[in-house]
Amino acid sequence: MGTALQLLSWALILAGAFFTLVGALGILRLPDVFTRMHAAGMTDTMGAGLILGGLCFQGDGITAVRLLLILVFLWFTCPVSTHALARAALQGGLRPLTGTAAQRDVAAQTPASRQDP
Amino acid sequence: MFAVAVAALLVAMAMAVTRALLGPTAYDRVLALNNMGTKTVVLIAALGFLSGRPDFLDLALVYALINFIGTVAVLKYIEYGDLGAAKRADGGTDA
Repeated sequence: MGTALQLLSWALILAGAFFTLVGALGILRLPDVFTRMHAAGMTDTMGAGLILGGLCFQGDGITAVRLLLILVFLWFTCPVSTHALARAALQGGLRPLTGTAAQRDVAAQTPASRQDP
Repeated sequence: MFAVAVAALLVAMAMAVTRALLGPTAYDRVLALNNMGTKTVVLIAALGFLSGRPDFLDLALVYALINFIGTVAVLKYIEYGDLGAAKRADGGTDA
């Protein structure tokens, strides 16, 4: 395999690892379930897409086809499960946070009782 | 290179598990576990290349399938209170 392809594969895998870490940080730090869904979607599309795309250059043809099958399957199912999760959360009574954190603090009157992650 | 991807995935999975343990609502836990399943699929693929056995990709494909079905089943159970229900637990209908 050519050096250029090897470098491209490296770059894709490292970028995918970066996006996976950023998405996981968002899942850990963002304030409510709807914003965390946004971070989870970044892991699904960019993280998995770039890592599996980078791995495509490492094997033979049938390996790349199987990797692309996994990728297509993930890209079909992840939005479906995220949509089902958002719908279930809305029907379960959760509402997305609105306004800034300072406005929510004023509304709650007691900043110490805020539901922080 | 594969070791870098595997290490990043393991750190990210640890963060997702932390959210699943902390998560104030059940939806946070389902979200974290679904996301961890996606990361597991990528981790299995990367581990296969790391150990020189790309045959692991079939396992990753099957895991992606099981993860999707499991997430939808858990969400339906939370939402309807019953896996076979035709109507919601509160008697409402789908919008």
